[in-house]
Amino acid sequence: MLHLWLIPAFPLAGFLANGLVGRRASKAAVNLIAIGSVVLSLLWVLKTLAALGPLEHTHIERYFTWFQSGDLRVGFDLAVDRLTAVMLLVVTSVGLLIHIYAIGYMSHEGGYYRFFAYFNLFMFFMLLLVMAANFLLMFVGWEGVGLCSYLLIGFYFLRHSATTAGNKAFIVNRIGDYGFTLAVFLIFLGFGSLDFETVFAAAAGRPVETSAGALTLIGLLLLAGAAGKSAQIPLYVWLPDAMEGPTPVSALIHAATMVTAGVYMIARCAPLYTRAPLALDVVALVGLATAVLAAIIGLAQTDIKKVFAYSTVSQLGYMFLGLGSGAYSAGIFHLVTHAFFKALLFLGAGSVIHALSGEQDLRRMGGLRKHTPVTFVTILCAAVAIAGVPPFSGFHSKDAILLAAHHHAPWMYWAGVATAGLTAFYVFRAVFLAFFGTYRGPHHPHESPAVMTLPLAALALLSLAGGYFNVPRWLEPMFPPAEGAHDALLVYISVAAAAAGISLAWLMYVARPGLADRLAGRLGWLYRLVYNKFFVDEIYDRALVRPCVEGSSAVLWRGVDAGLIDGAVNQVGMKARDAGSVLRLIQSGSIRSYAAWVLWGSVLALAALVLSRGAR
Amino acid sequence: MNGHLLSIVLFTPLAGMLVLLLLPGSNKTLIRIWANVASLAGFLVSLPLVWRYDKTASGFQMVETADWIPSLGVKYMLGIDGISLLLVMLTTLVGFLAVLSSWSAVQERVKEYYAMFLLQQTGMIGVFLALDFFLFYVFWEVVLVPMYFIIGVWGGPRKLYAAIKFFLYTLAGSVLMLLGILTLYFQHFEQFGFYTFEISDLMKLSLPLGLQQWVFWAFFVAFAIKVPMFPFHTWLPDAHVEAPTAGSVVLASVLLKMGTYGFLRFSLPLLPDASVTPAIVQVLAGLSLVAIIYGALVSLMQKDWKKLVAYSSVSHLGFCTLGIFALNPNGLAGSVIQQVNHGISTGMLFLIVGVIYERRHTREIKEYGGLAHVMPVYATVFAFAMLSSAGLPLLNGFIGEFTILQGAFETSRVWAAFAVTGVILGAAYLLWLYQRTMLGEVTNPKNKGLPDLNWRELAVFLPLIAWAIWIGVYPKPYFEVLEKPVAEIVERVRPGYFGQQAAVQALPGEVR
Repeated sequence: MLHLWLIPAFPLAGFLANGLVGRRASKAAVNLIAIGSVVLSLLWVLKTLAALGPLEHTHIERYFTWFQSGDLRVGFDLAVDRLTAVMLLVVTSVGLLIHIYAIGYMSHEGGYYRFFAYFNLFMFFMLLLVMAANFLLMFVGWEGVGLCSYLLIGFYFLRHSATTAGNKAFIVNRIGDYGFTLAVFLIFLGFGSLDFETVFAAAAGRPVETSAGALTLIGLLLLAGAAGKSAQIPLYVWLPDAMEGPTPVSALIHAATMVTAGVYMIARCAPLYTRAPLALDVVALVGLATAVLAAIIGLAQTDIKKVFAYSTVSQLGYMFLGLGSGAYSAGIFHLVTHAFFKALLFLGAGSVIHALSGEQDLRRMGGLRKHTPVTFVTILCAAVAIAGVPPFSGFHSKDAILLAAHHHAPWMYWAGVATAGLTAFYVFRAVFLAFFGTYRGPHHPHESPAVMTLPLAALALLSLAGGYFNVPRWLEPMFPPAEGAHDALLVYISVAAAAAGISLAWLMYVARPGLADRLAGRLGWLYRLVYNKFFVDEIYDRALVRPCVEGSSAVLWRGVDAGLIDGAVNQVGMKARDAGSVLRLIQSGSIRSYAAWVLWGSVLALAALVLSRGAR
Repeated sequence: MNGHLLSIVLFTPLAGMLVLLLLPGSNKTLIRIWANVASLAGFLVSLPLVWRYDKTASGFQMVETADWIPSLGVKYMLGIDGISLLLVMLTTLVGFLAVLSSWSAVQERVKEYYAMFLLQQTGMIGVFLALDFFLFYVFWEVVLVPMYFIIGVWGGPRKLYAAIKFFLYTLAGSVLMLLGILTLYFQHFEQFGFYTFEISDLMKLSLPLGLQQWVFWAFFVAFAIKVPMFPFHTWLPDAHVEAPTAGSVVLASVLLKMGTYGFLRFSLPLLPDASVTPAIVQVLAGLSLVAIIYGALVSLMQKDWKKLVAYSSVSHLGFCTLGIFALNPNGLAGSVIQQVNHGISTGMLFLIVGVIYERRHTREIKEYGGLAHVMPVYATVFAFAMLSSAGLPLLNGFIGEFTILQGAFETSRVWAAFAVTGVILGAAYLLWLYQRTMLGEVTNPKNKGLPDLNWRELAVFLPLIAWAIWIGVYPKPYFEVLEKPVAEIVERVRPGYFGQQAAVQALPGEVR
């Protein structure tokens, strides 16, 4: 026993402590509890991994039976294997840096203890998610991180847009969970268990499905869940809105960790997907389409956080493309490097927003490199990493995905390369608009305190050098390396695309500043289409949300319920009363009328008797 | 004494009521204290049931029998199994909390008010303990009267309409149930030569399928109205909206479960062939699915806070009936657990409406907004109740819903595919309600300076919160308690079910 349970238990304790007494505690005490619990968690991860060494086999600890009904037994079991080890390190290390950063960022905000309580709760559920040894316990973490996401998106609960975005995130995720839930039932039906160990061992004995079968269906349903959590088409719409939350939330939950849960889940289920190539193809297609669409939308956004949000959607699409091409380790590799550079981009954006007293519009920034030099340099590190400039981290992982995609289907490689060019363009567009030229806003920008810039520096280091953590090599025992030789030409092409993107951004936003606006004016409706995100939200609203709402109100409630059913019930009551009021006339209470009734009745009875006799 | 534990549990509230009637009506505080003591005593005496109950034994336990009306073959017969154990514990706890929550809410006719609650407690416990169909019917009708008065006397503006609707609706069902009971009663005389209402005797009947189906539909009307199943549900929103808070709490938490309990205890075991008739199962499952989705959609659009919660009950109870007619162990066990869960979660949601109604005397959702700012503890408790009701894992609702859906899936994938949408919609109407009432700025000046929960109000919620966490984190004891009685029902309606299951599982081993 290595007491794996302690890893999630520390942040849970932090949540309980801050949640129950944090309101009356000082900020220092809240910090100590919140940061301390994550530090302990990280230390326990390191200790565990040191004890487990090379992790040739999955280390499982079973604590108690969570519930048992019929043949269904679900244990409270945690496990660590190589994949989980990677996730644990990313979650606790990046999580810790963002926790520290948040001390500075949130220092002037109300509800300080509440923020850190939610943050700790998130760490608990996220760690549970990656350590769960069966599908249902994973689902606990899965739903739990969704809850924390909801709570933190709506953290500024006085703002209507923030609370609406929180609702949207939760409900869209629930739509994805629809698939997840049904997949769990199908898995139990097919394998008689929900334990990863049992299910995957049994799946290994099954043939590869050449046509759609049970595994394909399971794969597609799980993909629905993953698409919800990891913001893929058609369920990506909640993530850009989620930027209503405080920026550390965007960095931790909506960039580095939670949104990658879908990627983790699909990689975890690789034994199922490998035998369901059709489902895997769909994963690749969904990923690629999301990567392209979100990158295009990202080109025209003016809110710095929205640019990075669409970038996240796009990069997650890349990861799905890697998974779908069968290169699970490439997908996870990109998950890791993305956690570094995207967390850094968001925290850097947060530092800028902090410096400008809440300004998020790129059009009112500019020239900030003189005012916030540390932020500028660190964001630049993230930008070169995400753009795929060698030898920085994003280059290595993106390269691995693109090579796998080429092996899978060459056209996917080309679409991926084009997206890489777009990525380089929109990221550097944001960097140039914010940090170059002259300042266009009314504030007095100032550099952030050390408690914020030190985490930036640490993440900058990881963004630059993180590509040398050879994640694919580490994961080889679980995910055999993809076939196909390393083709240098393909690498040069993708690097050239990145260079082209950066150069174009330089040309349009630094060298010839008016060019972008003229181009936008020239393109007219196309620009508006992109600027308005292809009107997807509006289409969903018209086609799905409003019919549901108005139909429920007009047809179901007022029509069927109040009109039809209750109308009928009241009619029955009314008719009964009418009948009663007629019958009441007989009950007059007058003896003489009763006597008359008796008389008439007797006469009728006699007559009936006589007549019937006569008839016989 | 020990041999009469069930009678003690049954009659403690009634005894409390009789003492209450002797107290002077002018001394309201004394009456309040006594009513709380009596209902707390009702809960405390029921606690030994938990550890006296033997979960490894089949059949009914702690059975008490005495002749009541020998000439008609009516017996006073009580007994308990896992299903009734959970529902009795729910009744005694929620009954106490409902009384506690009324401390300051009710100011008029205080004595009569508490008397009605205590009488109702005995009636509800009797329904869950009776093993004689006649005795059951008596308690079933006894429950009707106090609730009629609670709504009709202490209710809102349209209380008379709501109370009469509630009464007539339920009575209409009861009459049909009585016909069904009498049919079984006379059939038993024909087949065995003596009159009895004892359930274990009636189970020995061998009835032709046609007759079983007639009796099934007669019972169905009674139970479906009580649950209430679509389309017999329209009394519920009116009753809930007009009832005082504690009345709504007991109505939702316990009274509705009398309907689902009726299906489990009578329809299925007494009419096993009718209960598995494909047409009947299809209809019942279909109505359950409609209730789940329709209830949620109508709930989504409500402008009245309490009505919204009432319609959500229709949706949640749809899960319970779906689980029952999945006719397998997961469905049935999940259904019972979900009945308890609904009692906890919806009980809390009604209490939450009650707290704010006592302060502001309106239930219009648009009157509120931003309450989290003014009443943070209240908002936290509401958030908890919402998550429990929406089925978040590690809280109670998830366990019930998941098990029911698993059971439904085993019977029909289509059922499960439809039912899961209820989980999505459940999140939607609750989150939207929460947003409109708790979040945002305080726009209505009347809401400024509202006092947060006081200690007594918080004390009402804490046991329910603790219970919700317990079921969510460690539900194993509940499944253990339910294992035997559920297996008996399944074996009764689908003889050989477990044998087949074992055979199916043994098969791969033989092949190997």
